[in-house]
Amino acid sequence: MSQNSCCCTSSACCGTPAIQTVSTQLTLKDKLGGWKVRWGLARMDYTMEPGIYAAGEPNETSPVLVSANYKLTFDTLRKHLTGLHCWLLILDTKGVNVWCAAGKGTFGTDELVHRIQETGLADVVAHKKLILPQLGAPGVSAHEVTKRTGFSVTYGPVRADDIQAFISSGYKATKQMRTVRFTMWDRLVLTPMELVIAAKTSLMLFGVLFLINLFAARPFGLFDFVVYAAAVLTGAFVTPVLLPYIPGKAFALKGWLLGMIGTGLIAWAYGWFAPPSLLLGIGYMLSLPPCSAYLAMNFTGASTYTSPSGVLKEMKIALPLIVLSLVAGIILLLIKTFVG
Amino acid sequence: MTHQYLKNVATLAFIAEKCTGCGKCVEVCPHGVFEINEKKAQIITKDLCMECGACAINCPAKAIEVNAGAGCAAAIIWGWLTGKEPSCDCC
Ligand code: SF4
Ligand code: SF4
Repeated sequence: MSQNSCCCTSSACCGTPAIQTVSTQLTLKDKLGGWKVRWGLARMDYTMEPGIYAAGEPNETSPVLVSANYKLTFDTLRKHLTGLHCWLLILDTKGVNVWCAAGKGTFGTDELVHRIQETGLADVVAHKKLILPQLGAPGVSAHEVTKRTGFSVTYGPVRADDIQAFISSGYKATKQMRTVRFTMWDRLVLTPMELVIAAKTSLMLFGVLFLINLFAARPFGLFDFVVYAAAVLTGAFVTPVLLPYIPGKAFALKGWLLGMIGTGLIAWAYGWFAPPSLLLGIGYMLSLPPCSAYLAMNFTGASTYTSPSGVLKEMKIALPLIVLSLVAGIILLLIKTFVG
Repeated sequence: MTHQYLKNVATLAFIAEKCTGCGKCVEVCPHGVFEINEKKAQIITKDLCMECGACAINCPAKAIEVNAGAGCAAAIIWGWLTGKEPSCDCC
């Protein structure tokens, strides 16, 4: 049944498809690659071939772990497999991590069934048991996979660092292993991506401001840049990092609160709350905190605990307010800019 | 630290009569929303549900329903503008 078109020299060749062995040690290149991905520099091509891989020296009774073909995910998994002998079945998720791919359906029942058949997994192992990352569960229907392939699906722990404990306890995950966290570190590593996106949008804004400056009575300068950059940092970095410590539940509210504080402090330090510059102070107080609020609200997409219904509810209230405040602020700023 | 998002919004619905008590929902839920009590599943912390859909798709008895979907603001706005299902490339 299995397609053995390869001509490998390994003795394990006959009857089984080509299987690569993977190291459980990460090289400097792997680590550097991971860093680049976080900063949005190498996202798209960070994939690997789907198929079966061997970690350690697995045999036909060794466990089969299923994962995504996003190299960062794969690297995180394999570095926690030191000392274990197991098979890795890598699905084609188009280089997207397990959680997001499960949401999109690419880490899904159909792809899993297809990959089991294509790799001839049934000839590689003698048992009928797959271990999937728990975060893949939104995309995979365990009983459906069993019905179509005979393989049973057990969901392993959320985090790869619990995988050893999970296997040695006879495939039992504690409630703690089953629960996603969203630690300050988890949030911190997500912020570079938010910052890169915000910076790209800001470049367009700077282009517009440059044109405005050609005709302005009061051109935009360094001080304006500082207060703007602070608002962006507040929404895309400070709010995500401090998330649970900021009052309120809605992300937009959290971002707006910090934005008010940050913009207020800077505007006050620059003396923008006194008569000649008052328009500037009010203009920024109206326009910048909504930017922080919007960026913070966007972080719901990266969070591990917000429900789409909740985000929708939050947006229906926040978005009109954000737009109103932003437009009012921009009008004041333009008056100040052109009238002086 | 446990995060709390908006209350009373999750669309999670559970039909107790269909439940066989297999425990798969407890296994897949990333927020401990379900528990098994006396051979039946039970929702214990509905406000922690993030509508990921894992429980519903993995329940062999079809005892759970939830509106799962993309949850980030940019995706929803994109959905409004294009009239399509919200989806994003932000993750
Ligand atoms: S997965 Fe479905 S049948 Fe099984 S315990 Fe949960 S609700 Fe009941
Ligand atoms: S939808 Fe997801 S978070 Fe909500 S109860 Fe089901 S598994 Fe848990």
